[in-house]
Amino acid sequence: MTQTVAVIDYGMGNLHSVESALREAGAGDVAVTADAEAILAADRIVFPGVGAIRDCVAEFRRLGCDETLRLAIERGIPVLGICVGMQSLMARSEENGGVDCLGFFEGTVTRFPKSHRGADGSKLKVPHMGWNQVTQTREHPLWDGIANNAYFYFVHSYFLPAAESGCVTAAFDYGVIGSAAITKENVFATQFHPEKSHENGLKLLANFLKWDGKC
Amino acid sequence: MSLAKRIIPCLDVDQGRVVKGVNFVGIRDAGDPIEIARRYNDAGADEITFLDITASHEQRDTTYRIVEQIASQVFIPLTVGGGVRAVTDIRRLLNAGADKVSINTAAIFNPDLVRESAERFGSQCIVVAMDVKALDDGSGRYELFTHGGRKPTGIEAIEWAQKMAAFGAGEILLTSMDRDGTKDGYDLSITRAISDAVDIPVIASGGVGTLDHLVAGFIEGGADAVLAASIFHFGTYTVAEAKAHLVKSGISIRQ
Repeated sequence: MTQTVAVIDYGMGNLHSVESALREAGAGDVAVTADAEAILAADRIVFPGVGAIRDCVAEFRRLGCDETLRLAIERGIPVLGICVGMQSLMARSEENGGVDCLGFFEGTVTRFPKSHRGADGSKLKVPHMGWNQVTQTREHPLWDGIANNAYFYFVHSYFLPAAESGCVTAAFDYGVIGSAAITKENVFATQFHPEKSHENGLKLLANFLKWDGKC
Repeated sequence: MSLAKRIIPCLDVDQGRVVKGVNFVGIRDAGDPIEIARRYNDAGADEITFLDITASHEQRDTTYRIVEQIASQVFIPLTVGGGVRAVTDIRRLLNAGADKVSINTAAIFNPDLVRESAERFGSQCIVVAMDVKALDDGSGRYELFTHGGRKPTGIEAIEWAQKMAAFGAGEILLTSMDRDGTKDGYDLSITRAISDAVDIPVIASGGVGTLDHLVAGFIEGGADAVLAASIFHFGTYTVAEAKAHLVKSGISIRQ
């Protein structure tokens, strides 16, 4: 069966990579769109995001995408949030002096500490940029065929502490324990970029394309 | 459970062709940046850097087309640099599919370009490239150069790195012009000094000739990533060999 995937385009950055990776993972028809009808007609929805969270959330709301996403989640359409897309789903972020986000999940996104150091005293750079191991803390169909502690590509300065959310399905360790992925009902969201995470990322996207939206 | 150190092959591209070419087994076109990028993606490279050295700004359309094609076939991060002068150049490259854009000379003439673009597109996609040379006055200081190491700027390297980080750069690509092309190894002293002076990641570049140089870049230089061109292009070592060697040396690497 051909899968139609809507990638929500709310004007924040380039979605070419997400679109290409979804195709590589086996998606049939990929629409990059902000149109409510097109989004709600899709078999599944991807909510990407890059850049500053205040602008992301503001644009998302201005285009009415928050209402579209609320409807989609209510209807049980599988949704995948990526990076700032995941952070936007939370209640709040401390970025940009504090931003109320979309509130689909409880929890507050916070910055890595200043002069961040690891347990051994080594300096940890921010942005957290590169390939970090992802520890699966809870089983989920999107982890099928992906080894525990597999590497995924991260690039971010703000993160959701794993302790902030009861919905964590995978964690990363970077001096602090952060949420690598969260999930609730038909929503799955990753702090890392599956579209840039080579084979593991493509596998996760392929799993998303097969996912029925149930845990 | 940690962040891996990164290995980044770098392609120098002139008018759509990889300069010096690449010596891979079974490669059809040693100068085709798309095929080479795909090979590195498959070989386990952690990122790819694409440096456009096309002299003429008018021929840049070729670059955008190639970046687009690489981005649609390569599922690891792609940094594009060379000739980036204005916010519009950055936007075009990001729209073509670059994940990060590297700014070099333009940052020196107009540091606000770094600030503006970091604010507009996010620090995560702004790399500041620095070409440095040790001063021969015995001071142990390093100076920033432009034009492939030919023109001194009078700017001290560590101060510059700190300024660029404060302006919103998300990463520094540090090239030693003294070492570039020598195969004598990275300049570890300036790499360590800059890595210690800023909180953002630093990529070591210039001079790698052996796998031990990569190890030294991480351990002694404190680099977060290492860039290499010729050792990979000419098939001296594969990315997998480099990774195996780094793992053996106790460095955290994605395998």
